[in-house]
Amino acid sequence: MSVLRTPGGGRVDRERSLQFNFDGKAYAALQGDTLASGLLANGVHLVGRSFKYHRPRGILSAGAEEPNALVTVNPGAPRDTPNVLATQVELYPGLRAISQHRWPSLQYDVGRVNDALSAFFPAGFYYKTFKWPQRAWKSVYEPAIRRAAGLGRAPATADPDRYAQRYAHCDTLVVGAGPAGIAAALAAADAGARVMLCDEQSEMGGSLLAETMARIDGVPALDWALRALATLAGNPRVTLLTRTTAFGYFPHNLLGLNQRLGDHRADPDPGQPRQRLWMVRARQVVLATGAIERPLVFPGNDRPGILLAGAARTYLNRYGVKVGVRVVVVTATDAAYQTALDLHAAGVAVAAIADVRAQPVGVLPDAVSRAGIEIMPAATVLGTRGDRRVSEISLGRVQGGMVRPAARLACDAVLMSGGYTPSVHLFSQSRGKLVWNESLLAFVPGLSAECERSAGACRGVGDLTAALEDGAAAGLAAAPDPVRGSWRPLPEAGTTGGCGWLGALPQPQTTATDKAFVDWQHDVTTRDLALAAREGFRSIEHVKRYTTTGMATDQGKTSNLNALSIVASGLGVPISQVGLTTFRMPYTPVPFGSFAGTSRGALFDPVRRTPMHHWAQARGAVFENVGLWKRARYFPRAGEDMHAAVARECRAVRSACGIFDATTLGKIEVVGADAVEFMNRLYVNSWTNLAVGRSRYGILLREDGFVYDDGVVARTAADRFHVTTTTGGAPRVLAMMEDYRQTEWPQLKVWLTSTTEQWAVIAVQGPNARRVIAPLVEGIDLGASALPHMAVARGRICGAPLLLFRVSFTGELGYEINVPADFGATVWEAVHAAGQAHGMTVYGTETMHVLRAEKGYIIVGQDTDGTVTPDDAGLSWAIGKSKADFVGKRSLERASMRAPTRKQLVGLRSRDGRTVLDEGAQIAALPGQQPPMQLIGHVTSSYYSAALDHPIALALVAGGRTRLGQTLYVPMPRGEIEVEVTPPVFYDPKGERLNA
Amino acid sequence: MLIIVCPFCGKRPEIEFTYGGQAHITRPERPSELDDQAWAEFLYMRSNTKGIHAERWRHARGCGRFFNALRDTTTDHFVATYRIDEPQPQIEQPAEPVPPP
Amino acid sequence: MPEQAAPLDDAAPPWPPLLAPATRFILHGNAAVRAAATAAWGVPFAEEACRARLLGSRATLWMGPDEYLLLDRAPAEAAGDTASGLERAMAGLDHALVDVSHRQVAVEINGAHAGHILNGGCPLDLDLKEFPVGMCTRTLFAKADIVLWRTAADAFHVEMWRSFGDYVRALLAEVARDC
Repeated sequence: MSVLRTPGGGRVDRERSLQFNFDGKAYAALQGDTLASGLLANGVHLVGRSFKYHRPRGILSAGAEEPNALVTVNPGAPRDTPNVLATQVELYPGLRAISQHRWPSLQYDVGRVNDALSAFFPAGFYYKTFKWPQRAWKSVYEPAIRRAAGLGRAPATADPDRYAQRYAHCDTLVVGAGPAGIAAALAAADAGARVMLCDEQSEMGGSLLAETMARIDGVPALDWALRALATLAGNPRVTLLTRTTAFGYFPHNLLGLNQRLGDHRADPDPGQPRQRLWMVRARQVVLATGAIERPLVFPGNDRPGILLAGAARTYLNRYGVKVGVRVVVVTATDAAYQTALDLHAAGVAVAAIADVRAQPVGVLPDAVSRAGIEIMPAATVLGTRGDRRVSEISLGRVQGGMVRPAARLACDAVLMSGGYTPSVHLFSQSRGKLVWNESLLAFVPGLSAECERSAGACRGVGDLTAALEDGAAAGLAAAPDPVRGSWRPLPEAGTTGGCGWLGALPQPQTTATDKAFVDWQHDVTTRDLALAAREGFRSIEHVKRYTTTGMATDQGKTSNLNALSIVASGLGVPISQVGLTTFRMPYTPVPFGSFAGTSRGALFDPVRRTPMHHWAQARGAVFENVGLWKRARYFPRAGEDMHAAVARECRAVRSACGIFDATTLGKIEVVGADAVEFMNRLYVNSWTNLAVGRSRYGILLREDGFVYDDGVVARTAADRFHVTTTTGGAPRVLAMMEDYRQTEWPQLKVWLTSTTEQWAVIAVQGPNARRVIAPLVEGIDLGASALPHMAVARGRICGAPLLLFRVSFTGELGYEINVPADFGATVWEAVHAAGQAHGMTVYGTETMHVLRAEKGYIIVGQDTDGTVTPDDAGLSWAIGKSKADFVGKRSLERASMRAPTRKQLVGLRSRDGRTVLDEGAQIAALPGQQPPMQLIGHVTSSYYSAALDHPIALALVAGGRTRLGQTLYVPMPRGEIEVEVTPPVFYDPKGERLNA
Repeated sequence: MLIIVCPFCGKRPEIEFTYGGQAHITRPERPSELDDQAWAEFLYMRSNTKGIHAERWRHARGCGRFFNALRDTTTDHFVATYRIDEPQPQIEQPAEPVPPP
Repeated sequence: MPEQAAPLDDAAPPWPPLLAPATRFILHGNAAVRAAATAAWGVPFAEEACRARLLGSRATLWMGPDEYLLLDRAPAEAAGDTASGLERAMAGLDHALVDVSHRQVAVEINGAHAGHILNGGCPLDLDLKEFPVGMCTRTLFAKADIVLWRTAADAFHVEMWRSFGDYVRALLAEVARDC
């Protein structure tokens, strides 16, 4: 057992020792240790190199505020996790971790030269230096800087773990399970509230886990805490979440909590999530987030072995680890005296307590004096020595405004305490207003913006007695029925005095040789901040960005207030006038996996499949995504590429017949006495004269006159329309319809129901279509005059109810068989089987696109782009001319909407007879232009037409219909293509095949 | 994620709702009688209020109903929600932040 | 470059199984329509928002101020006849009745963890006080719309559009691991 390990006590399991590995070296520790306490127990303080100067850095703290001890756990292994805090990594047998940001090794780092050259690295160095030449930034400066400065390396392999997410609700969410938080949870639970209590550490109790003196309700404070937690755990309305960081406070009391479930286990269950993201909605929130001890700012304050006094007490009392054998305490508060007393009792030599206050008095200083520890009042620190570990401290004495050297003391650890900074991060995220409290030297919560209250040290109530009472009062007030509660804590604890020191400790007038660090993680010194003030930065937000103070991953938890104080004195204004930078989530880093949760791989998005999907899949269909739908794009046969398959499918439809899955088309049932009036007001078409059993191609505009959607609309009863929409447009068309129905025309008796998924739709297209379906259809006369083009009829097919449309999106004789979705697969197979005698070929969306383009039928969203009017698309014929109004009509009457120079839909034919134009390619009127070119339109659809044996394209061209026969030029990557402007209908322009 | 009080379903999380722009803009009875200026006014011009803003929301992933809301754009707090057929409540800018529902 | 995130190779099979096909209608109309429909459907309609009524195999679920889902656990074969019966009962009253039997599929989730599992994707408070037995509503389960109906303290009936059935059930199986 290491000499640095105490013989007993604390929260580690003395019976369970374990081995871990840091930077390739094996160490022994105990179950219950963190990586930090395990290293300290082995005398290891040096754990990293600093960001800019590559100075050796040690463990500064024992918690979430740690700026130095960032490590990579499981390097190169599946759970490779960079940038985690050694103070938060729980050890398990065999854990491997490495230090970061050092090269070639932690002990000897080449970048240390930056420290010697630091005169050349002032604040804003990058902004000032790497400005020229501009090109060099991307290629030379940035890569070099990134290599030298980066934090850990991002893992190179996919994350093998699962992550869970869960919504939760409660009456009272208590964040932080220290004394105030436990008291709040007890009080709220006692009042009958549904309580959630979360704490970021492996064990609840907060400061009480390291408390040795205080008593509560007549028992030692820690025993009280354990009993209280057991009481809470036994209450079914209370949820306790350890290892759970409340990282973000979102509007209306939604808090993001990240719970670490597997990180502390040597063999996590792969079936269980590694972390769980809680989205907790609380009626009331109690923030009991405690306070963070502030470092003191003096030259050489960053050497390994110099750490926060409270952290040293935590390591001693909670983990049974002495941070050194001979320590010097430098403090501005009484709290560090308790650390000195505890260390002294554990056999650690306390060389002196250097107190920056002129006259430290009170219970704790008296106790220290009685213990024989020297107190040096009015002290300051002039510097430290020691390369990879502090070995000596130079103390000074402030007298009459002068600083004189006082003593040089040998030591292997310096414990500092500048006071406590309330953790107001979550409060500030909630948009509560912080107020400066001069007597506390701290920003504390003022007016809340949410149903929230802070309790205990996070609002400056740091004294144990007061914090317990504050927590209990807050918990009670945050319960829905506060009168029920009766529990009150009965603490007995001494009070501690002194609120600390802000900014740099006093120094002699001579220039100090060593740096005094304010922000450890970003290597920001007093000089950088002073320089920023001298250079004219006034806003703290600008100073922050210029010097990068507080911008590291620790978000300045230990540095912000010292930085603020130095800037304020540099500017000669009070701190309250300098203001505070914004606190942003997350409080501590949260893995991307937690945010992604289950939204990965097959669960990333819903995949919508039609009832015929499996049939298509079994036939080797190649699918494409259309919205969330999977649609069969083409059905290649052996040896066919897409071009060959599509050409074959196209020829089959034109010469015999094809079968196509059109299920994904949106469908809306419009029903009611005013259904026809509603349709008249909404669509451009006139619906009054549409007979029952007939359908029509409908166009829907937005109020600004541009095409929004289209589709075939059938009248299936006097008061009932079956409206189809584009596949992607179904939800937005229904939303638009509901908008007009509910908010503009609430008096109309009409209702809307989505029936998209009620129906499976099987398109049968081609000259043989009638012959294929005739034997299967019952109750409908399929004769050309009985069921002409655009007729609709009800009957049965293969035992299923049938709604049969005679429609065509191919230009051929065609039917769309609508059957209830459960019947889709069987009817499809029956039709396909019946079709085999008639040359039936299954085709996909790509063939559908080619066939419709040959006919000049547009696809909304492909051939239109939100700036296309019906006339632009050549669809004026569809507009009900006698209608007084419809959505978009007034906008169409604007002069600019009728200008002859508008882009109009035309066909394009490549003059070379073989080049298929790129969709989206631009179009020029004149050849051989150099940029900037005069462009007059663009290609919207482009395919090779098997029927015509040449490429075809649709395009929007300025004044296109006046350019028929003209030659235009399409610049493509391989050169300019000459095209002829044609009408958009390439195939069967008279439409004779439709009426076969 | 805000909590929004649907006038029909009560308190619901924001992700169940869609935003519908400024409220109380009625489509003209006879658009063809409007000149271009007046039509453009209806079609495009919207206020950009700092403070209490009357706006439309739809409980799209719930009861499907459109309704109106008064929201303080400086705090994101909803001051009132009301049905489409109800008049806008006359509520002054609150002096102090209103706690969420 | 990091690899593409692969689907978890030990994904659980979709869960729970789909319930047998059922008969479903969406009915829009006012109180008079509902009174008339009750005579034919045999189940009254809750006037209170977000409430369902159940009688035998049939139920009525409030979906919106004038919108109800009529649900019959019997299969949809006779949906046409049932619709005709309803239409006769409501003749002369302004309403809309639409057969959506095949539009939706359903699952039932029950057991002590049912609420926790659903909260793996559903943002509502499923505490028995806040979401009592008999409450129903459209809401979200992750990226899918669902109808959620609490049929017992520890049982929920969940309806979704049929093409979302695979996604919802795959996700339910995944989040059920975490309970």
